[in-house]
Amino acid sequence: MDDFNSETDSDYTSYWRDWFISSRGNEYFCEIDEEYLTDRFNLTGLNTEVQYYQYALDLVTDVFDLDCDDEMREQIEKSARHLYGLVHARYIVTTRGLAKMLEKFKKGDFGKCPRVMCEAQPLLPMGQSDVANTSPVKLYCARCEDLYNPKSSRHASIDGAYFGTSFHNILFQVYPAMLPPKTQKRYEPRIFGFRVHAAAALCRWQAEQREQMKERLRQARIETGFEEEDEEIESEDDIDDDMDAGGDGFEHGAIVQQ
Amino acid sequence: MSSSSQVAESWISSFCGLLGHEYFAEVSEDFIEDDFNLTGLQSQVPMYKEALEMILDVEPEDDEDEEDEEEEDEDDDEVLGDEKPVGAAGSYRRAGDRRHLRMASDLSVIESSAELLYGLIHQRYITSRPGIQQMAEKYELQHFGTCPRVFCNSCKVLPVGCNDTPGQETVKLFCPSCLDVYTPPNSRFQAVDGAFFGTTFGCLFFMTFPELEIGAPRTTSVGGADALLAIQAAENKSRSSSATNSTVVPAAQPSLINGVAPSNLAPGLGPGNVYEPRIYGFRVSERARSGPRMKWLRMRPIDVNELDEARRYWEERGCGGAGLGDEDTNMLDVAGAAADANKLGVAVDRRKKAVGRRRRTNGSGNGGGSPMDTNGIGGAG
Ligand SMILES: [Zn+2]
Ligand SMILES: [Zn+2]
Repeated sequence: MDDFNSETDSDYTSYWRDWFISSRGNEYFCEIDEEYLTDRFNLTGLNTEVQYYQYALDLVTDVFDLDCDDEMREQIEKSARHLYGLVHARYIVTTRGLAKMLEKFKKGDFGKCPRVMCEAQPLLPMGQSDVANTSPVKLYCARCEDLYNPKSSRHASIDGAYFGTSFHNILFQVYPAMLPPKTQKRYEPRIFGFRVHAAAALCRWQAEQREQMKERLRQARIETGFEEEDEEIESEDDIDDDMDAGGDGFEHGAIVQQ
Repeated sequence: MSSSSQVAESWISSFCGLLGHEYFAEVSEDFIEDDFNLTGLQSQVPMYKEALEMILDVEPEDDEDEEDEEEEDEDDDEVLGDEKPVGAAGSYRRAGDRRHLRMASDLSVIESSAELLYGLIHQRYITSRPGIQQMAEKYELQHFGTCPRVFCNSCKVLPVGCNDTPGQETVKLFCPSCLDVYTPPNSRFQAVDGAFFGTTFGCLFFMTFPELEIGAPRTTSVGGADALLAIQAAENKSRSSSATNSTVVPAAQPSLINGVAPSNLAPGLGPGNVYEPRIYGFRVSERARSGPRMKWLRMRPIDVNELDEARRYWEERGCGGAGLGDEDTNMLDVAGAAADANKLGVAVDRRKKAVGRRRRTNGSGNGGGSPMDTNGIGGAG
């Protein structure tokens, strides 16, 4: 890195942002374009959200030149990170931002789904709220459509609002080809090879809900998105091998099955 | 035979102390020394006897004075048999050297056999009374970690296998709150064989300890996220059962459903615990191509009576009006009694019944893990 670049360099000398996104723990962030950051319109309303807003913005855009003590510098640094996060939430739902996050998604920068049946589906970061300081970032799996906690505590302390509640859903609307096929495969609790009745009954009930949903979709002529549409026969041999936690192997499975 | 465990750590505790072996219980020597518990393992483990000796820290016969003991003879003969006729001192010595070489190279084979054998014994041990108790202590101390799923509220998980045959799959974590399995967060566990925990342990564990509170009570967690969830829950409830009051559960809830207390049946699932995709606050419709398709996986009826298939069966048959049939009430009683008696013995009896039933219905006993090798359980029950 060259020591002193003039501030208004056009060829991306983003010293602070480079440092920020390459810092340990900030792997979920993508780099926000200079262009986006310097368009005031994109920052509407953020001046009231961020302390020392102007200094923070100067720092983020590498034009900070205030002489101040370490404590002040620390404060501004903190504000800059917060500002970056808030702008990030807006940026990643723009065309360019989505494309950048898509690349990171494909590389698996956000980790893989821990659910065994999801077979290491890459995740996307998301927030459960768009309001800052409400809840930390979570990870969304598009295969099981559920939310997971990041493995690392470094990530677990990032504000979820820096990603927001909409981004991950927008990404799949914009790039539907990225939607993974859904799977009906699931873990079935067993004891010595026999299903456990309480769990099996719940699984059957859930399967009924699923079939109802598929029927709704079929009637509306919408693809269901499941990879194994024809494999339903598979479940037929399990009817009577429930291991009851109570009850005595009542032969009712067949009725509920279809 | 002398035991070297006086000063040094035992093989078992050093094995369990290795990085990545945090999930293992320390199998008691008593358990290993009971031949019954090892039934059938001899054929699965190469150099079985040496491996067993290693696990139990039994000094192998010293290699200076050759095989005097009968036991030792059997397998040494195969290797050294052809050397014996040569009586000359020189060749005798060579034989000794060779034996030494064999010992060195075999040590690693024995070591890995010992790990395999320990794992297979472990699979049985943790379904025995002392073993499951030991795992319960580890569970309470959160040695196995918590569920990564957000809506499971850090419910404690249990190590399980998805296969009882070694070499197939690595160890997974079972969450009782969402009834799903997850890959351990740390890659060091990806070298641990799932068969060493087995397919039975997970469920047997929660049937053995039905009084375990699954999932942290909601009230203990703080923060806006939970407020948000509460709002979501309320919304979901009012939507899914618009006719009924959203705060009141529709029908009287039984104290047990299918042998499990409703509060302990997948408490991480159901309304409020199902992710609802939104864009700028608006729900993504099921009819959208990218709309939700997997909610069923995390659903659970508000009225758990819906899971009482027997009752539903009779109701759908039109017998519902006549009240619960005799059979039905009987069955509920049975369920209650069974769950109250949380003793392993009870579980075993019922399992046998289940085995019998299966036999009857389809002669092929091909369920994963041979059900008749009742392993530790049989001994404990
Ligand atoms: Zn998933
Ligand atoms: Zn869970």
